[in-house]
Amino acid sequence: MTAEKPASAGRTIYVCQGTGCVSGKSQQITEALSKAIARQGLAGVKVDFTGCHGFCEQGPVVVVEPEGIFYAHVTVEDVPEIVTSHLRDGKPVTRLFYKDPVTGEAIPNHKDIKFYSKQQRIILRNCGVINPEKLEDYTAAGGYASLKKILQGLTPEQVIAEIKRSGLRGRGGAGFSTGTKWELCRNVPGDQKYMICNADEGDPGAFMDRSIMEGDPYSVIEGLTIAAYAIGASEGYVYIRAEYPLAVKRVRLAIQQAEKEGYLGQNILGSNFSFAIHVKEGAGAFVCGEETALMASIEGKRGMPRTRPPYPAVSGLWGKPTTINNVKSLAYVPVIIARGADWYAGIGTDKSKGTCVFALTGKIANSGLIEVPMGIKLREIIYEIGGGIPGGKKFKAVQTGGPSGGCLPEAYLDQSVDYESLTAAGSMMGSGGMVVMDEETCMVDVARYFLSFTQAESCGKCVPCRIGTKQMLDILERICGGEGVKEDIALLQRLGEEIKAGSLCALGQTAPNPVLTTLRYFMDEYKAHIEEKRCPAGVCPKLIHYYILPDKCEGCGICARECPAGAVVGGKRMVHIIDQEKCVKCGNCLEICPEKFSAIVKVSGEKPDVPDKPIPVKAKTKAAETKLPDTAAEL
Amino acid sequence: MTPLVTDNLTDSEVAEKLKGILSHHAGERHELIPILQETQQHFHYLPAAAIREIARFLNLTESAVYGVSTFYAQFKLTPLGKKVIRVCRGTACHVRGAGKVLGEIEKTLGVKAGGTTDDMEYTLETVACIGACALAPTMTVDGETYGKMTPKRITEVLGDGGKTG
Repeated sequence: MTAEKPASAGRTIYVCQGTGCVSGKSQQITEALSKAIARQGLAGVKVDFTGCHGFCEQGPVVVVEPEGIFYAHVTVEDVPEIVTSHLRDGKPVTRLFYKDPVTGEAIPNHKDIKFYSKQQRIILRNCGVINPEKLEDYTAAGGYASLKKILQGLTPEQVIAEIKRSGLRGRGGAGFSTGTKWELCRNVPGDQKYMICNADEGDPGAFMDRSIMEGDPYSVIEGLTIAAYAIGASEGYVYIRAEYPLAVKRVRLAIQQAEKEGYLGQNILGSNFSFAIHVKEGAGAFVCGEETALMASIEGKRGMPRTRPPYPAVSGLWGKPTTINNVKSLAYVPVIIARGADWYAGIGTDKSKGTCVFALTGKIANSGLIEVPMGIKLREIIYEIGGGIPGGKKFKAVQTGGPSGGCLPEAYLDQSVDYESLTAAGSMMGSGGMVVMDEETCMVDVARYFLSFTQAESCGKCVPCRIGTKQMLDILERICGGEGVKEDIALLQRLGEEIKAGSLCALGQTAPNPVLTTLRYFMDEYKAHIEEKRCPAGVCPKLIHYYILPDKCEGCGICARECPAGAVVGGKRMVHIIDQEKCVKCGNCLEICPEKFSAIVKVSGEKPDVPDKPIPVKAKTKAAETKLPDTAAEL
Repeated sequence: MTPLVTDNLTDSEVAEKLKGILSHHAGERHELIPILQETQQHFHYLPAAAIREIARFLNLTESAVYGVSTFYAQFKLTPLGKKVIRVCRGTACHVRGAGKVLGEIEKTLGVKAGGTTDDMEYTLETVACIGACALAPTMTVDGETYGKMTPKRITEVLGDGGKTG
């Protein structure tokens, strides 16, 4: 590797091509970099791409190795400067460095960014590091060594014993011991068994599995192959949501490459073990994440869950013994085989071993994908890795477990993150969605949102789930619309308990959780909606009003022009007013009003003193004397 | 049981086009969803004649094929517009203002979510989550993702296909 100019020698510039960064034109950035480097004749510099780095908020992300310079929010226009200044002259482009949301400090190296330095990346170790379309990158990073190791000297029973000893638990949400699951299937007699990877990641607010498949599909395929060896399966499936086209593409490619290199197919690596993998694309039904529904879908049927037992280990796909594991569970397998059960069991808590991956999103400064040891505190995730709440807003709740989980208030910030603790608090580990909510998030609206999701996704088989969620949704919509009555709270609680008890699968059994936890921790918000017809967070449209403060309005007319409903009435140099009958509560006026005036307020449950008709700006002295209530000003 | 469709293709034209798709399938039940996916990719919806042909090919009743077609959100029984807009309603998008983005598109296009404009240019849909939560609120136009959307950026995105800055 010789370079014309010493400063550029031996560098590789990696562009992230995960879904997030691709939407920010990272493919065009890659092309522009290649062209610019060729034009400048920088022979020693390579351009390559990786899967998701996890820090999607800062995308498109570009990393220059070996020095580890991390560039955030890169655009095609930044390419000439990166190439000339950094790659040719050896001077990194400081203006593209990541800026710490707390200190504002510019940080050049990704190793020093708190978002990364507090993490422990085991199954994300290759994400953002290897090219996810090059098998040789994966093998160079130690990939497929575990498959070789077991095929050369471990019996299926020994593999199962190792996974059991590691303490690995299913990462799909339920947390059942992965090794035990395999053992149950192994022990069922049968000439044909199936091994399935559940990649139907449907929880809104979750993208862990997608990022792993896009960033390191090889680990998942290797894990799936080892699992098949352990249970004695000769055929396998990866069931991926059709909404994830890039993940589908990379998993298919990883399978083709593995077949070519002898890691899949007949007599893998010269052993007696044969295994083939098929990819099945989901068709947009959340309930297919449930294992029996998923199998029905592979069989070409409506994806409706069935009663268990018999469990899939006994009677699964086409009635044959089947094991179904989540993407993340399988991605752990090669690492555990390579580094040993003891190493893995040494991470995490007593009952929850290893690390957990979360998609950290919502009202948080550093959105992205993170991997942390089990037992970490919620506070560490949100304030240290996540960088806290943006805009100086106050934390209100953190939601884990998606539509099956719950919302935990501030009192739980020092809660340990593990299966048992989260369940005890009324939420759950789930598959890994973690959505942060601030003071401007209405918890009744959040409960309504989740119910609208589960109600629409209920397959309709169980009456309590099909009709009960609809009833709960209707009640929540009434409450958000200012028509709630006192009895609604008890009714919601009763319906919630009955739906949980009367539903066959986890969708119905957990659908009421977002409502039950918000009732438990945010009862004051429900009461404000029902008793005072007030939305404290200022979210529910029917309970909020926008007003123009007469002492601040200068009659510039910008709000009147921006109002989509023609609800702002005024005139030149007149204090404008909002016709509450016409107002659609879009908030455009509040956003557009020049900061120097800040004349528009959003209030709930109260009304500032405003004139009934537009008045001349100069005549407003009297109105200016009336003071606003404090709460209105805060909103 | 016949789905409501309004299309310009004759039944024989549909059957003809379907032959190519069915030719690389064996006629087994588990192929139903992949066949429907390929059919929809070709026609951008599932014409009634296609459902009949697929049922015959797989030796299923039409109602069984119709049942699967209506169970999964991906399948459409009416023609879609030239461009398909999907607004993400995921949790992260919801708390960051997806509702306002959707409202603005509905207003701009004059159709509600699930509808198609009269000129068949746009179909507006919502999607549970596209998994690009860090860029919330997000939407896709013909599969291309647009992140950090605001109501103001709608005309920019729909107007000239401009992308995330």
